[in-house]
Amino acid sequence: MAEKILRKIKLKIWRQENAQSKGYFDTYELENISTDASFLEMMDLLNEHLIMEGIDPVAFDHDCREGICGSCGLFINGRAHGPDNDITTCQLHMRKFREGATIVIEPWRAKSFPVIKDLMVDRSAFDIIQQAGGFITINTGSAVVANTILIDPKSAETAMDAASCIGCGACVAACKNSSAMLFVAAKVTHLANLPQGKPEAKKRAIQMAKKMDELGFGGCSNTGACEVECPKNISISTIATLNREYLSANVDQ
Amino acid sequence: MQTFESKIPDGPIKEKWKKHKESIKVVSPNNKMKLDIIVVGTGLAGGSAAASLAELGYNVKSFCYQDSPRRAHSIAAQGGINAAKNYQNDNDSVFRLFYDTIKGGDYRSREANVFRMAEVSGNIIDQCVAQGVPFAREYGGTLANRSFGGVLVSRTFYARGQTGQQLLLGSYAAMNRQIANGKIQLYARREMLDLVVIDGKAKGIITRNLITGEIERHGAHAVVIASGGYSNVFYLSTNAMGSNVSPVWQIYKKGAFFANPSYAQIHPTCIPVHGEYQSKLTLMSESLRNDGRIWVPKEKVDAIKLQFSEIKPNDIPEEKRDYYLERRYPSYGNLVPRDVASRAAKERCDAGFGVNSSGKAVFLDFAATIKERGKEEIEKKYGNLFQMYQKITDVNPYEEPMMIYPAIHYTMGGTWVDYNLMTTIPGLYAIGEANFSDHGANRLGASALMQGLADGYFILPYTIGNYLADEIQTPKINTNVKEFEDAENAIMERLKSVMLIQGSKTVDYFHKRLGQIMWDKVGMSRNEKGLKEAIEEIRTLRKEFWKDIRVPGSLNNINPELEKAGKTADFLELGELMARDALQRNESCGGHYREEFTTEEGEAKRDDENYSFVGAWEYKGEDSVPELHKEHLEFEYVKLTQRSYK
Repeated sequence: MAEKILRKIKLKIWRQENAQSKGYFDTYELENISTDASFLEMMDLLNEHLIMEGIDPVAFDHDCREGICGSCGLFINGRAHGPDNDITTCQLHMRKFREGATIVIEPWRAKSFPVIKDLMVDRSAFDIIQQAGGFITINTGSAVVANTILIDPKSAETAMDAASCIGCGACVAACKNSSAMLFVAAKVTHLANLPQGKPEAKKRAIQMAKKMDELGFGGCSNTGACEVECPKNISISTIATLNREYLSANVDQ
Repeated sequence: MQTFESKIPDGPIKEKWKKHKESIKVVSPNNKMKLDIIVVGTGLAGGSAAASLAELGYNVKSFCYQDSPRRAHSIAAQGGINAAKNYQNDNDSVFRLFYDTIKGGDYRSREANVFRMAEVSGNIIDQCVAQGVPFAREYGGTLANRSFGGVLVSRTFYARGQTGQQLLLGSYAAMNRQIANGKIQLYARREMLDLVVIDGKAKGIITRNLITGEIERHGAHAVVIASGGYSNVFYLSTNAMGSNVSPVWQIYKKGAFFANPSYAQIHPTCIPVHGEYQSKLTLMSESLRNDGRIWVPKEKVDAIKLQFSEIKPNDIPEEKRDYYLERRYPSYGNLVPRDVASRAAKERCDAGFGVNSSGKAVFLDFAATIKERGKEEIEKKYGNLFQMYQKITDVNPYEEPMMIYPAIHYTMGGTWVDYNLMTTIPGLYAIGEANFSDHGANRLGASALMQGLADGYFILPYTIGNYLADEIQTPKINTNVKEFEDAENAIMERLKSVMLIQGSKTVDYFHKRLGQIMWDKVGMSRNEKGLKEAIEEIRTLRKEFWKDIRVPGSLNNINPELEKAGKTADFLELGELMARDALQRNESCGGHYREEFTTEEGEAKRDDENYSFVGAWEYKGEDSVPELHKEHLEFEYVKLTQRSYK
């Protein structure tokens, strides 16, 4: 942990008062930032300065700051979650930036994720997709004894890989079509790999995909950008699973 | 006013819950449809409660400050969830889980509540598996287990190092199903600002829409608080940035007693503090203690060299390493409970054996396990944790030992509730970390998830019916009444006054200063002098806050600083109550360690004769001293002994 200091950095940040207003870029300078500071800690420092200068601080979503809640999501220098792999914005550290650098910070850009202030977007479309079928129909109290359902470790691992999606929206932000395919595919793959999820697997694929289209997300661009920027390494092979479930469901109909 | 009675049912402990369920009232399906319930918080407790209550037919209104219920901080729980399934055939049982939890809590929790939690623990695993939680599996397809601190059996179920995430996504999915069914009305990005009490009963809440700034009134026949714990009173903690005490504090001020505020848990395995700008601490799951060995150098000269980066940890030969937990506690070794492990780390660092530049870190070393079982196995078990560590510290823990230090992680104290999880205000419930009920003075690892889900899936849905059965004649709550209006006006007043000050210090300035006082004087070890000083210092800081705070922006737009100001104002009051509670408790127990009350070996020394009680505080007004009520704890099934993990 060799701490270094970035003597000066320039920040070009998207500012927007609210959902209705027009946005613009503003530029700020910041001095003496430790390379051990996280990106969001750097943003905190910026905001402390702005408040004392009487400027409205920059609004951004964040909560757990350990890469699991999925709240944070900044588009930094043209990349979702910035210049590092397999991380969320809150796990990005200033050691990834050079002295004197200009850092461009934008919100997720997608029709289905409208900006509500500065770097904050409305991702409720993701919740609505989940409500369309991202569950197993089981009431509390009616479950069978756990070990009566045997699951081979490989299926459990595949399910777990897909289930680790944190719903941050980086896949949508990275996609030139703003598609939510990876997000939908992750849930479909998670549940389709478990015996408990099989009875509703086809219905789930159809309903979630339909909702995704309704909410204005684009079609899959097949570029794999989503997989590259996914902080949890969700594989695009899940999209193949989604397509398979979807097609076979349509054949059944 | 509800009486301050635990309402523990009579009879043998194994029969209590069963008999209680048989004797309490049930609401018919058509009446459930007429009843509204507010649930504040969407973590494991709030999410599971909202879903289960909606499945039963109640109309649920669910609130969270995040943009989605899926982001509640339960998501960050890593290691696992306990259940007395005895799948390992290692002689586990409901009684043993009960016993371990009472002992781990240093004999400061209610026997009946803890036994009930252990009893339903197996159902939780069944429920979560049915929902599609991808727990780890053995080759034959059965569920796998790992062990955790403070116990001698393997009863922890896990989904890699992301168990909390997977369980939460399970309850979130159950919620989503009910949102689609129209039985849950979701209010995301809302902050609770007050409780509304009408004729002595909880009848609703006031919220602020965090997007528009609008102040909203919500009525219901019952209100459930599931807003989590208050570790962020220390500023630096492992909690999410937004985690707060505010709903719990608001109901305290409206008459709900606050129990054992001083019981805060210090988690032994967190990434050490690295700088002044630091905003939060990151936990490394306790499960790592299964396979990692904790050590510091035997000789101070080596520690000093490490502090000045003159040598690398791997330069220190085996014989010059002090595996102090294995040395002091041979039978539990690295798996002693959290409070014991934390204090032992602090003891070594205070004695000058710390291993980083601040002298406040010890090693957690996987070299032996990697050598024995291979990197792949460790990667499979803890891959995400190792990755997280490397991203934060820029050190590869497969090659160099991790550095860890204790940090505030969980609060055992919380709103006082009776056996039905009802507070001292009728119709108001508190569940999960927000209540005080099951962990005594120290929580065992992998028990927070168990308690949250026990409350939400299997306890509250029954006990709330007992109260609501008498409310079936009550029509929809009319929010156009004086009580709602008064509460709303008081809130507007407070919001406006905090905006008007426009002083010279930001919210973080005050929060950090409060955190420093709390960590130094109400933290891992406490004494009378320090606690008295803390009370005075917090009072002074509070006055300064209300004179010199600067909150930018406006009331009717997104304003994170305004939200932070409200939370910090509440922490500034809570801190004093914590110090007061720590001061009255002239003993050491679990996470509460008073330097004046220790054994010769430096272990916590309880005083069962005088302090075997739950300390429940009643609010008496802004300038008055709160009143302490004592609920005496009876132990019929567990014999009180000095805890020993040797």
